[in-house]
Amino acid sequence: MTGYTILRVVSKLLIPYVLLFALYVQFHGDYSPGGGFQAGVIFAAGFVLYGLIYGLTEVRRVAPGRMIELLIATGVLVFAGTGVATMLLGGNFLEYGVFAPAHPSTGQHYGILVVELGVGMTVAAVMIAIYSTFAGRGQE
Amino acid sequence: MEPVALEVQIVTALLLTLLCLTAIAVVRMRGLFAAVMLMGIYSFLGACWMLLLDAPDVAFTEAAVGAGISTILALATLALTTRRAKRPVRPPALPLAVVAVTGAALVYGTLDMPRFGDPEAPANNYPHPSYVERTEEDIHIPNVVTAVLASYRGYDTLGETVVIFTAGIAVLVLLRGGRHRRPGGAGDGGAEDAP
Repeated sequence: MTGYTILRVVSKLLIPYVLLFALYVQFHGDYSPGGGFQAGVIFAAGFVLYGLIYGLTEVRRVAPGRMIELLIATGVLVFAGTGVATMLLGGNFLEYGVFAPAHPSTGQHYGILVVELGVGMTVAAVMIAIYSTFAGRGQE
Repeated sequence: MEPVALEVQIVTALLLTLLCLTAIAVVRMRGLFAAVMLMGIYSFLGACWMLLLDAPDVAFTEAAVGAGISTILALATLALTTRRAKRPVRPPALPLAVVAVTGAALVYGTLDMPRFGDPEAPANNYPHPSYVERTEEDIHIPNVVTAVLASYRGYDTLGETVVIFTAGIAVLVLLRGGRHRRPGGAGDGGAEDAP
């Protein structure tokens, strides 16, 4: 879609805000609606929009397939790893309070932030990977 | 129970009517491009409705996945296949009857459900409402949904993340697996994966 100037300009203006909104939903999930799942799909939607306008090759330059595949697994590992970390610190699996024994609620904040990040990584990476693989089939 | 405001009722009725009309239009349509676009509109109307039901989290997801990404995936499918649906060879009487009976059974099932927002409803009593009261004290965050998802029920959410991980890997394997077995087309996928 290289010939459509209006689409190119509008999407170029919009994509940063889509990604910014995804980050807001991701890290503001404690205070407003949203969290890792929602942030992940919004983040992926930004990449899909970019791919629609500028082509799949450009998306793969920004987010190489190998990196996306790594992110899919990293997200799950971050989540499960948080649980293992709480166990190593002497708590139960995913008992975030042990991250800050003096203030359990602060530990809860850390825990929620990290596991939501893991969820967001996996969801965004899965969505981008499926889009890029699926859309790439027609171009071979 | 507080009665629902009249303007909310009007907007809800309008949205549900539009949802029904969109669904009927999609079913009757032969041009698949327009059908995919209407499915996107259907999801978007659904997202608006979920927002009215005070479920902004679900509305986010529906707008991004239903209206956005799945529309794109359906369009990508059209690019690989054809843009027009084939005329059905058999008359639609039997499928119509099956759909009507199933739909009637589902509507009959909802008659026994508690009213929306009923404080006595099981959905509003289990898990125990004390989660709502305890969140502020335990975790110091105002969003109870996040507290339940990420902390009280963190183990469930880990399971959900693993489900997404597994589903994603399965789809990727299915989409890429075909390349290696295609006769004559060898080398395009195989060479890429070779060390």
